[in-house]
Amino acid sequence: MTDLTRRQLLERAALGGAALTLPGFLAACGGGGIEGSATTAATTAAGGARELADKLTISNWTLYIDIDEKTKKRPTLEQFTKQTGVDVEYIEDVNDNDEWFGKNQAALRAGKPIGRDLTVLTDWMAARMVRLGYVEKLDKSAIPNAKNLVDALQSPGWDPNRDFSMPWQSGLTGIGYDPERVGGEITSVQQLLEDPKLKGKVTFLTEMPDTIGLLLQLDGADATKVDAAAFDKAIGRLQKAVDSGQIRQFTGNDYAPMLARGDVWACTAWSGDLVQLQLENPNLRFVIPEEGGMIWTDNMLIPKGGHVFTASTFVNYVYDPKVAAQIEAYVNYICPVEGAQEAIRDIDASLADNPLIFPDDETLSQVAIFDAEAADNDEYKQKFQAVVGA
Amino acid sequence: MSFLHRHRGAVPYVLLAPGLAFLGVFFVVPIYYLANTSLQEGSLDVGYTFAWAWSNYTDAISTYHEQFVRSLVYAGIATLLALAISYPLAYWIAFRGGRWRSLLLLLVIAPFFVTYLIRTLAWQTILADEGPVLSALTAVGLVEEGGRLLATSTAVVAGITYNFLPFMALPLYASLEQIDGRLIEAAEDLYSSKLQAFLRVTLPLSLPGVFAGTLLTFIPAAGDFINAELLGTPRQSMIGNVIQSKFLVITDYGQAAALSFVLMAAILVAVLAYSRALGTERLAR
Repeated sequence: MTDLTRRQLLERAALGGAALTLPGFLAACGGGGIEGSATTAATTAAGGARELADKLTISNWTLYIDIDEKTKKRPTLEQFTKQTGVDVEYIEDVNDNDEWFGKNQAALRAGKPIGRDLTVLTDWMAARMVRLGYVEKLDKSAIPNAKNLVDALQSPGWDPNRDFSMPWQSGLTGIGYDPERVGGEITSVQQLLEDPKLKGKVTFLTEMPDTIGLLLQLDGADATKVDAAAFDKAIGRLQKAVDSGQIRQFTGNDYAPMLARGDVWACTAWSGDLVQLQLENPNLRFVIPEEGGMIWTDNMLIPKGGHVFTASTFVNYVYDPKVAAQIEAYVNYICPVEGAQEAIRDIDASLADNPLIFPDDETLSQVAIFDAEAADNDEYKQKFQAVVGA
Repeated sequence: MSFLHRHRGAVPYVLLAPGLAFLGVFFVVPIYYLANTSLQEGSLDVGYTFAWAWSNYTDAISTYHEQFVRSLVYAGIATLLALAISYPLAYWIAFRGGRWRSLLLLLVIAPFFVTYLIRTLAWQTILADEGPVLSALTAVGLVEEGGRLLATSTAVVAGITYNFLPFMALPLYASLEQIDGRLIEAAEDLYSSKLQAFLRVTLPLSLPGVFAGTLLTFIPAAGDFINAELLGTPRQSMIGNVIQSKFLVITDYGQAAALSFVLMAAILVAVLAYSRALGTERLAR
């Protein structure tokens, strides 16, 4: 990628990021027509037709697949069409897990297809979809490349055999900051909560698993299995920092432009955003707090009524290390495909050695996966929303 | 035709039918579903069932009265500010705009060509901590050293005022523009000063515009959540933010619907009281 391309990408990230915090607004505007999909519910029976459909419809987050900025075409998808003859309709309409669910829950509840063969959702929302029975089982026989899935992600509690889901990308949650403005190093979330120098210059993420996960670990509590007392303690700390004015706002990834502009000096942040921000401002830093950071995964799922065989074939395709490397070179989050690190050396060797993109074992030992059940617990959500201001 | 000839009394109802059908489909039916939802209880996992759950209402009011009050206060201040800015603006365009009137009006509406979201985001840049507005205000002492504009109540109210200004300016302009200039001339011929002529002729005649403008500004402003979200902090959150999070994040549809109803009722009461005080019917007499 040229510098120009990357700059455009960053600008779009800033713009798209702002939209992330506005689920309601976007839900009101987003059409997301069902007529978009050529597939039907005819293949909902387990196994389904083992023939490729003419068309595959995918919902994904913005900036989550490679695109040629000049032709506006997506090379990875074009190659898939060339190989299989399946046309891909790729729709970037996932801005926020809750917003996506709010938009589609009525149809899902009624058992109607939502016009998507594949959609990408974060762990806890993926867990909800599986729990409520809103997804189809993957056709594992069509996904021999599933063997390339990295060990760490093979067996989440909500889908222990990966029967329903396969990771698309993972990311780290830690601290992003501007050392020049802060005038020193940040190593702990404690500083974000209490350092008087940072008063009013700190943001936390609106995603509960990220924010609460970091706070739990600050107290030495287990973020992978949340305990009610520890949760309340974390909420108490957060409320105190909101009341004192230490915390300025809660954000989606719209912290990115604020950090770049200097409205925010330090924040809880996602690794991929910082990789992109660093292209513009190499001073900015991403650290995993000494008490521990978080790791999350966005997962591919087949919503009820999606074409199982075609979707599984696509999952298999993106688990080819070469294809995964091609996507990774653009996306810059964490690639869940074994072998992509070697394959990416042919594209851009510096990416292969970036610990935020291909974290080493030491990095991975410092991060935890948030308790998916707790992430969707009504009482916890209510308490967290009360602090966030709603 | 013969039916209408025989039943002359039916004519107004026949003529009203399309309007009533519209209201039925786009107002009564949604309201019914919302009311129904507001009395449901349950969760995603067990499903939602109708249960006359009045606790949705009592909980909504007891837990979120702070956000209700804040919404009404912010919307009220923003409406007054919009009026204070729009009246001179509309007056000037109507009476001094001359052949530039259409162009000036277009300029008032021009921001609407840009998405609401982007317009509000632009204020993040304008009011930024290291931006020009803050440094200017700090220099003249209006903001204390090290203070900020963004992520404060001031920013939220400013954002709302800005975003709804055209809703105030346009009805004001429409009513000012219709005023017959000869009435003002006559007042001045009868030895009233310019100020008296304004206070006793122009202002009363423009009140329908003031009435329409304040309602068009206040009602959507009270339900707004974008400005509080982008320009405020958790301590500025409005009732719209609560409803949005109840619907989308907590998926407590019952309470979200109940909150919407309470907001609707509160606005309705406020509007009724207001229209008694300054209603167009009274003006007509």
